[in-house]
Amino acid sequence: MPEVAAWLILFLPLASFALISLVIRPIRGAESQTAAYVTIMAIGLTFALSIWALVSTVSAHGESHYPVHTWISAGEFEFAVGILMDPLTAIMLVVVSGVSLMVQIYSVGYMHGDSGYARYFAYMSLFTSAMLGLILANNLIQMFVFWELVGLGSYLLIGFWFDRPAAAAAAKKAFIITRFADFGFLLGILFLFFNGDAFAAQGLNVFVVTDIYKGVELGLLTIGVAQWVALGIFAGAMGKSAQFPLHTWLPDAMEGPTPVSALIHAATMVAAGVFLVARFFPVFELSLVAMNTVAIIGGITAIFAASMGLVMNDIKRVLAYSTVSQLGYMMLALGTGAYGAAIFHLFTHAFFKALLFLGSGSVNHATGTFDMRYMGGLRTAMPWTYITFIIGSLSLAGIVPLAGFWSKDEILTHAFNRGVNGDTISMVVFLLALIAAFMTAFYMFRAVFMTFHGNFKGGAERDPDAHAEHPVHLEESPKSMTLPLIILAVPAIVAGFLANSIFDLGVIPGHWMSHFLDYIPSVHVETAVFSVGIAALSSVVALLGMGMAYLMYIRRVISPEDMPNALRPVHTLLYRKYFMDELYETVVVRHVFYSGICYALDWVDKSIVDKIVNFCGWLGANTGTAIRQVQTGQMQAYGMGISVGILIIFAIFLFLG
Amino acid sequence: MSAFDLYLLAPELSLAALALVLVLVDLVVRNKTVLPVLAVLGLTVPLIFSLILWFDLSSGDTMQMHGMFNTLVVDKFSLFFKFLLIAAAGIVILSSTDYVQKFARFQAEYYALVLFATTGMMLLASTTELITIYISLELTALPIAALAAFMRDGRSTESGMKFLVLSAISSAVLLYGMVIVYGYTGTTSLPQIAEQIGNLSLLGGSPFGSNALLFGIVLMIAGFGFKVASVPFQMWAPDVYEGSPTPVTAFLSVASKAAGFAVILRVFYGAFPADMLSLDWSATFAVLSALSMTIGNLVAVRQDNIKRLMGYSTIAHAGYILVGLAAVTARTPGAESIGPSGVLFYLGGFAATNLAAFSVIIAISNRINSDRIDDYAGMARRAPVLATVLTLSMISLTGIPPAVGFWAKIYLFSAAIEANLEWLVVIGVVNSVISAYYYLRVVKAMFLSEPTSEERVAFGLPMQLAVALGFIGTLIFGIYPTPLLNLARTAAGALLS
Repeated sequence: MPEVAAWLILFLPLASFALISLVIRPIRGAESQTAAYVTIMAIGLTFALSIWALVSTVSAHGESHYPVHTWISAGEFEFAVGILMDPLTAIMLVVVSGVSLMVQIYSVGYMHGDSGYARYFAYMSLFTSAMLGLILANNLIQMFVFWELVGLGSYLLIGFWFDRPAAAAAAKKAFIITRFADFGFLLGILFLFFNGDAFAAQGLNVFVVTDIYKGVELGLLTIGVAQWVALGIFAGAMGKSAQFPLHTWLPDAMEGPTPVSALIHAATMVAAGVFLVARFFPVFELSLVAMNTVAIIGGITAIFAASMGLVMNDIKRVLAYSTVSQLGYMMLALGTGAYGAAIFHLFTHAFFKALLFLGSGSVNHATGTFDMRYMGGLRTAMPWTYITFIIGSLSLAGIVPLAGFWSKDEILTHAFNRGVNGDTISMVVFLLALIAAFMTAFYMFRAVFMTFHGNFKGGAERDPDAHAEHPVHLEESPKSMTLPLIILAVPAIVAGFLANSIFDLGVIPGHWMSHFLDYIPSVHVETAVFSVGIAALSSVVALLGMGMAYLMYIRRVISPEDMPNALRPVHTLLYRKYFMDELYETVVVRHVFYSGICYALDWVDKSIVDKIVNFCGWLGANTGTAIRQVQTGQMQAYGMGISVGILIIFAIFLFLG
Repeated sequence: MSAFDLYLLAPELSLAALALVLVLVDLVVRNKTVLPVLAVLGLTVPLIFSLILWFDLSSGDTMQMHGMFNTLVVDKFSLFFKFLLIAAAGIVILSSTDYVQKFARFQAEYYALVLFATTGMMLLASTTELITIYISLELTALPIAALAAFMRDGRSTESGMKFLVLSAISSAVLLYGMVIVYGYTGTTSLPQIAEQIGNLSLLGGSPFGSNALLFGIVLMIAGFGFKVASVPFQMWAPDVYEGSPTPVTAFLSVASKAAGFAVILRVFYGAFPADMLSLDWSATFAVLSALSMTIGNLVAVRQDNIKRLMGYSTIAHAGYILVGLAAVTARTPGAESIGPSGVLFYLGGFAATNLAAFSVIIAISNRINSDRIDDYAGMARRAPVLATVLTLSMISLTGIPPAVGFWAKIYLFSAAIEANLEWLVVIGVVNSVISAYYYLRVVKAMFLSEPTSEERVAFGLPMQLAVALGFIGTLIFGIYPTPLLNLARTAAGALLS
């Protein structure tokens, strides 16, 4: 595809942002419908271009080469911008623009009547553009710029209802935690830069992604350098992808509008971390330490988040923890070397998780609440929402033959095979992932049963924390909301089977995605052989989880009320999210940070630094005053000044020169 | 005078003609508001002539075209300044329209004087001969003296008087320097001076090769130093800046300074070959630069009048620009043009920034009749657009991204490092920190202090245009500086060839 078209992918949503915020909002007002149509049109075109990009990348069998453009060159410093269009980019483009398009269409109905309607679509355009820019970037600096813009976009969107204290706090929390992690990313970039001499000697630019790939091939990166660069990049990825122990912002981010959760916390921002690790996968592969760190953090996150999802009552929080847990899956896949499987899971997960979030928004639209304790019985009132939500849940739980099954199965098979071959860490994370799979099936069907089955329990009218603006009306959501649900349900069913089928499907060859992604010379993407045993095991585990949810919430064989009482300490631990928030706020922030480090630094600042600074200020100001005395306003004095100046210059030359 | 000479002089001639037309039109029209419209529209004529000359140079195989008995040269260096000066004159006229209403009479003369001064400045960038340089210099100085006194109140008259007398002193000094150089080399043409100095093979011995040349060059530096308001020839600047009508102050700080640097570059690169005398003139400019930066910034810290503050700020910026003049040599062979191209880039960025700042100052002072920084309190609420623009300008003057001032400083400082002048960069950076104090104080007053009145500050369409042009230049070149940088590099390349 021509270069202009590739740039348009990024610039169309950006233009939509500019148009809405500079023209439409000032002229047509804050609730202008035009904003929505402009956004949908821009992202629709972007989606079409992304499909084009995918098709042309497939036919090119790998990377398409585009020229770079000098942005700034000052002295020795030169910075060029460009586009990297390779299979990873192409797949990510389709996922991001596709999900974003669905979310925008859905938002037309969901955000209807909100006083910040135009602002909402402006932010959405900005965010989508930032995400696409991150995917398209061909070098680290460009990537970092868009990486931060993604963070800014999420801050603006999570805090969209900034007059609600909880939303403002959540936005701040998300921004601070991810920004804290980005520091690691920046350090990784700097570390790479300072060790870039070998690259320069080969005529390679250490910031350019493809040059880094070449450098890895030529052995220009030592294992020690690669390790620290990889760990730095992974730190940034941990923040954005909400990996343990930096996951605490994601559940809070549910304070944003639900479509935002669907876009940011399903398909895009959280996937950015996984994307980043995948982008620098050759560097990670050089270092065993880095790979193991990724695998272990991923494994811990998968089970840790899933365990908290078991007890949450807020449907969006259940989905949020499930997202964190699934991101853990992707990370553990990357850590065990299953590059293809990780991207495959990212691909399928984006569709069914967006579907689930949008479904929860549809439920909220009817009931006015997100608390599942006040829902129930929506099955008959909202058939479309119910059916699509079931499809999403089955896919997430990993039931044959839905999308989630195939990608999850590939990750498990890969980890298991490595574990059997003697890699202990792979075996450990395999077991962690298997337990997480059980929990996932349980909490998803717990959510389905509590929301859609049984009797309706009053919705917003009973929930003291609900923000409902209109009375509860149990009916199906408008078409603009159900249509995206139905459209997203299609890939949630077939995307796994079609994209990376275990056998040839005629037009689509078997293991298509794995082969497609297998283009970086230094990375070998394994095509995991389908194992009936693992598939059966994971299916049984998933069915067990679903069955347990059925027994508890439909048959009430085990009472969901007595269970927490019986396991009070465990339940409290999970319900209070392992006290991680308290740990951060009380111990880390208040005691270590405020009372410890800050107090010490404050003393240094006040008694040493300030004294020096004040002295400098005093010196500067008083010198200024002293010099000002020369400025008498007398012309004779000025003429004298010129003459004396000339004489002094002469004198300096004659006597010193 | 041949037809070719007319062609080469077309921008200057059309500009002078435009000034005369304005005065004549004034006689027949009642409605004086047509005058600025006519002036700004008329500026497109010299602009188009300059563009034609630029494309002529780009398409032909000559780098320069000589005319008027070899006293004038048209190359991309002089055209760069013509573009810059025309743009500056245009913005100054736009921002004057409201202000000029204060003068009951002589409105056309005001615009005409601005245009005459611009003509002189454009000639300054083109001349390659000492006498012509002097004449052009006077052509710029006299209209400015009249403009400075235009308000005809006590302060304005004082400032016009001061400018006239001190400018006469500096002209005398400059002429004396030229005489010595002429006496030593026997010619007033810059290339021939360079040739003569080359013939004398002056390496070693006293500074600048010989004491005669030293005296001549130092006197010329003093004369030009007055123009660009460099320490120790800067003392006129704050008084004149404060007393003059504010648009004239803007014109002085941008156009006059740019023309001064144009002629310094032309004379030094043209007549005093860098390969022989560079060490001495580099050292001189480095010292003047360090002094200008430091004194300008330190005194600015104590100002409470924004026009005076901007006066000291220009002195400091003259110091930053002199860094580029000091950076004559280069570590890497072939990179010698980084110093002069840095100067040109800085002048371009500084022009956009300072014009944006002054447009805002004019708009505000038209309304509140005060130039005290304390009276800018709460301006962010009274005039959000103006406050935003002034904030960006202040950020740019401090040298913080995403404004053009950041890149300008980066580029100049990297030129200095290339020329092994690390100590000067250290002084420059320390000075940038000091400058942040007083620039940001203006921002603080506008955003954090409570407004003294709730009255909105409104301003007319021409003013909006002036503010917008300055703002866009500052921001666009701050985000994407490459076009301006390439232009500056091309122009500097023409100077060195």
